[in-house]
Amino acid sequence: MHKLAFLRIKETVVEGKGFKTLRFMFNRKVRPGQFVMVWIPGVDEIPMSLSYLGRIKGITIREVGESTKILGSLKVGDSMAIRGPFGRGFERLSGKTLLVCGGAGAAAVLPIAEEMDNRERVDIAIGARTKDELIFEERSKMYSDNVRTSTDDGSEGCEGTVVDLAEHMMKERKYDFLQACGPESMLSSLLKVGKEHGVSGQFSLERFMRCGVGICGSCVINGKRVCTDGPVFWGEELESMSDFGRSKRDESGQKIGL
Amino acid sequence: MASLRVNVAGLIMENPTILASGIIGETGESLLSAYKAGAGAVVTKSIGLEARKGYSNPTLVELPFGYLNAMGLPNPGIESFGEEVLLAVRGGATVIGSVFASEAEVFAQLSSKMEAFGVSAVELNLSCPHASGYGMELGVDPGVVREIVLAVKKSVTIPVFVKLTPNTHRIIEIAQAVQAAGGDSIVAINTVKAMAISIEAGRPILSNIFGGLSGPAVKPIGLRCVYEMYDVVDIPIIGAGGIETWQDALEYIMAGAVAVQIGSGIGRRGLNIFKEVNFGLERYLKSRGIESLGELVGTAHA
Repeated sequence: MHKLAFLRIKETVVEGKGFKTLRFMFNRKVRPGQFVMVWIPGVDEIPMSLSYLGRIKGITIREVGESTKILGSLKVGDSMAIRGPFGRGFERLSGKTLLVCGGAGAAAVLPIAEEMDNRERVDIAIGARTKDELIFEERSKMYSDNVRTSTDDGSEGCEGTVVDLAEHMMKERKYDFLQACGPESMLSSLLKVGKEHGVSGQFSLERFMRCGVGICGSCVINGKRVCTDGPVFWGEELESMSDFGRSKRDESGQKIGL
Repeated sequence: MASLRVNVAGLIMENPTILASGIIGETGESLLSAYKAGAGAVVTKSIGLEARKGYSNPTLVELPFGYLNAMGLPNPGIESFGEEVLLAVRGGATVIGSVFASEAEVFAQLSSKMEAFGVSAVELNLSCPHASGYGMELGVDPGVVREIVLAVKKSVTIPVFVKLTPNTHRIIEIAQAVQAAGGDSIVAINTVKAMAISIEAGRPILSNIFGGLSGPAVKPIGLRCVYEMYDVVDIPIIGAGGIETWQDALEYIMAGAVAVQIGSGIGRRGLNIFKEVNFGLERYLKSRGIESLGELVGTAHA
């Protein structure tokens, strides 16, 4: 069982426009890609990937709604409530790996590079809409000799999507695996491009969640529970899911477009 | 040859384990995944007339001996649920359709839709402990229970199961009311009304304040309810509440249950729980030279 833990915030870091990292002590073993449920009393409880997995763990928030704005306003010394970690994270793979980060997805992916700790074996592609929203570029360079960026508006790195960038990188050199997190439309294109280049990989999905422990069924995609069977799935698993890249369930369980 | 096959009011199942309502039962494919994992039948999430979003999070609290939850009856509404049932039924699952409403006529209407979708039985949710105007608020009054069961019986030809709440001192009268109205089976128990407070935050954790307690913490309560009802009704009883092992299931069977429902155990033990319980029961029957599980029903009664 995952006891609700109240943790004191040790550090806050502004990562980019609208992005903030909160660091705290959390003495539980966590795999890259696993997530926690963060409770904002009186408001909500939301799933968040852990963006730092060392002794001092962290979450990286994009301030988009009421909950994330409240989390973003927390200061050093404030406490926050989390339970977890939950789900199946990224595997520790042996081979040349390209990490692909779309927007806030970098939070779930960067811990893989830290775990690998092998500058030659891991390359990193980071994409965002615009320069200000690129996160973890400097952190990536600590763990990889080949870090590239892309922005939709061309304000930094290649102009275009991170999938275009990843494809370009796959043409330059041979990778054994892709590991990625970002918007589902991006993951769906990346899966196709990877396949064309004969590179299989793992992709982290996002769905509306309630329980986190695999019982309520709110986060299911084609019968698989994203909170328990995922959030990280192999491309081969996603290919057999008719909802992947197309539809999700709303809070009532009705199927809606992504 | 030891047999786990059970017959609950005409509903034949290959084994006595049933996926409980509210557990991964919101989509056809997840119902099917529980069936493929070994459940003898699967109960859908409780479905109402209209789509409902449920309560905001937190909706679940993990406790050392179970879960506390208040989801708030989220469901897509009966009209869009037909395709989910169809998918599970086409995949070979034996599906029981759970429905909730605030009045007898709507229960009847929903049940009739469920029958048209192809379910093998309906289960009336008269026991959800945390939704105003629904569930337990109806299920603690024998007169109301009787009226609802009568209305549903008139509207369907499939068996009608009634899931009851332990949150009442009138459980015997309510069980008798189900039987008197023609209900085909009783499912006992739903969750026990409960709460949790965070001393750090100084407030209840669930957004709804109150929720339902499930898991091993409630097993002794469920057992007692089944045992008490077995003495006063003739219709089959399905036991539920804290079943995680074959020994738990056997306790319920000896108390008087012909089959059991499993819910929280899936979160705590995984989807393989159905196979594990069935395997244990089968081995027990063989070791004792008992031919059918049915021989053990109610044997704990003096």
